[in-house]
Amino acid sequence: MCYSRRRSPWLFHMNGGSCNGCDIELIASLTPRYDAEQLGVRLEGSPRHADILCITGPVTHNAVNAIKTVYGQVCGPKAVVAIGSCPATTNVFIDSRTLDGPLNLHLPVDVFVPGCPPRPDAIIQGVAKAAAILAERAAKKLPANPVVMPLVGPPCNGACCAPTNKETTEVQS
Amino acid sequence: MNLITALARFLIFPGLLFAIPAAWFFLWVERKSVALMQGRIGPPFMQPFFDFIKLLGKSTPPRSGVGGLLMKLWPLIAVAAAASAVGLLPVWPSSGGFEGDLILLLALLELPSMCIIAAGFSSRSIFGEIGSAREAALSVSYNVVFLLAIVSIAASQHTFRLEALAQLPASPMHWIGLLAILVCLPAKLHINPFSLPNAEQEIYSGPMTEYAGPELAMWELSHGLEWVAATGLVATLAAPHLTLWWVAAIVFIALSFAVVLLLSAVAAATARLAIDTTVRFYWQCTLIFAVLAISSAIFMRHRS
Repeated sequence: MCYSRRRSPWLFHMNGGSCNGCDIELIASLTPRYDAEQLGVRLEGSPRHADILCITGPVTHNAVNAIKTVYGQVCGPKAVVAIGSCPATTNVFIDSRTLDGPLNLHLPVDVFVPGCPPRPDAIIQGVAKAAAILAERAAKKLPANPVVMPLVGPPCNGACCAPTNKETTEVQS
Repeated sequence: MNLITALARFLIFPGLLFAIPAAWFFLWVERKSVALMQGRIGPPFMQPFFDFIKLLGKSTPPRSGVGGLLMKLWPLIAVAAAASAVGLLPVWPSSGGFEGDLILLLALLELPSMCIIAAGFSSRSIFGEIGSAREAALSVSYNVVFLLAIVSIAASQHTFRLEALAQLPASPMHWIGLLAILVCLPAKLHINPFSLPNAEQEIYSGPMTEYAGPELAMWELSHGLEWVAATGLVATLAAPHLTLWWVAAIVFIALSFAVVLLLSAVAAATARLAIDTTVRFYWQCTLIFAVLAISSAIFMRHRS
C-alpha cells in the first residue's frame, strides 16, 4: 500500500491568484520532454480523485475560501505542494492589500518548490517528494512537516550555486 | 452448460482470474501506447495496479441516505456486469453456452454505461449530471449501430448463440458487421474521439466527479473489464475456428491485444468531438451502413 501510494500521485492543480507562469510550468512537466507520467503522475479533473494538491499564486482574498474548500474536498491521505515563490513568501506582491498569503497561514503545506517560475524538473522532484511524504505519513500517521526543495536551474559555472543554497535556507526560515 | 463449467468460466478463464489482470494490462497498454505515440516514455507496467491499490486505501467522503447507498452500489453493479460479460465469451472450442446468450452478453455490456448514467445523476453534482446526459445521448447514438451490426451478423448465421456464431465460417456480412462494431467501440469505451462523458478540462470528470477512493477504484476496474469484454467480443467473432484449446486461447488474447492497439492509435491520433458532431456521425454516417448490413442479411436469409 505504501509503495503504491508513492508510485501513483494524482494531482489537482489550483490557481490561487497566480500570474500563470507556474501553471504553465506544471503543465510543461507533463509534456513529452519531462513526462511526469513515468512516475505515475496524472493530472485529475476532480479534487475528489487527487492525492496531491498543487497550489500556485500568492493566495488572494478571493482565492482563500476556494482553496480551503478544495483542500477539504481532497480525500485523505493527502499532501499539499506550493509551486513557485508566491505561495511560499508572496514574492514581489508582499504587503499588497489584496493578498491573504502566504499559503502556510491557511493550509499545512508539505513541500515548497521555490522559483519564479520553478523549472518543470523541480516541480516533478517536489511532487515525488510529496508522494513519499504522503505515503510515509499515511503509514505512520505523522503530522505535517514542510520541506523546501532546492532551486533547480540551468547548469551554471559554479558562481551561482552558493547564493542559490543560501536563498533556499532563507525561504525556509 | 452445467454449473461447474459455468462457474469455471466465470471465475477462472475468461472470467475473473484472467479478466482482472487482463483489464489492468489493457489499461496499461492504452496509456503506454498513447505515450509512445506522443514521444513520451509512459507509465510503468504495474501502474494500473498501483493506482487500484492506492485508491482502495483512500478515504471516501461521508454519504448518508438512499443516495449514498446508491452511489456505493453503482460501481459494484458495473464491475459485476462487465466481469460476467467477459465470462460469457466463447473462448474455448465447444465450451457450451446456451441459445440466446448473445442477447445476455449485449445486455451485460450495456449495463456499465447504464450504471454510469445513473451514477452521475445520483451524485447530484452539476458536472456529473452534464456527463450523464452526454453519456445517455452517446449511448442512444452508438447503440443503434452496434445492435444492428450484431443482429445482422446473427441473422446472416441464423443463430443467437455465441459459440455457433464464433464457429461458423466467416462471410462478407460478418466482416461488415465487425467493422461497424469496431466503429462503435471508441464510443462504448469512452476514448477519443468520443470521450465526451468524462471529458477532462471541460466538465471535470463527468459522472465520476464526486467518486473517490474504493468507489473510484471499482469504476477504473469496470472500465478495464469493459475493455476486455468489448475487445474480446470482436476477437471471438473474428477468430478462425480452432480445435486445440490452448491455440484458441492464444489467438483470443492476441486478437484482443491487436484491437486494443488499434483503438489506442485512434485515441492518440484524434481530438475530442463535440456532442452534436458525435450524434450526427452515428445517426447520419454509420447508420446507413448498419441498415444496409441488416437488410442484406434479411434478404440473404429469405433467399437461402
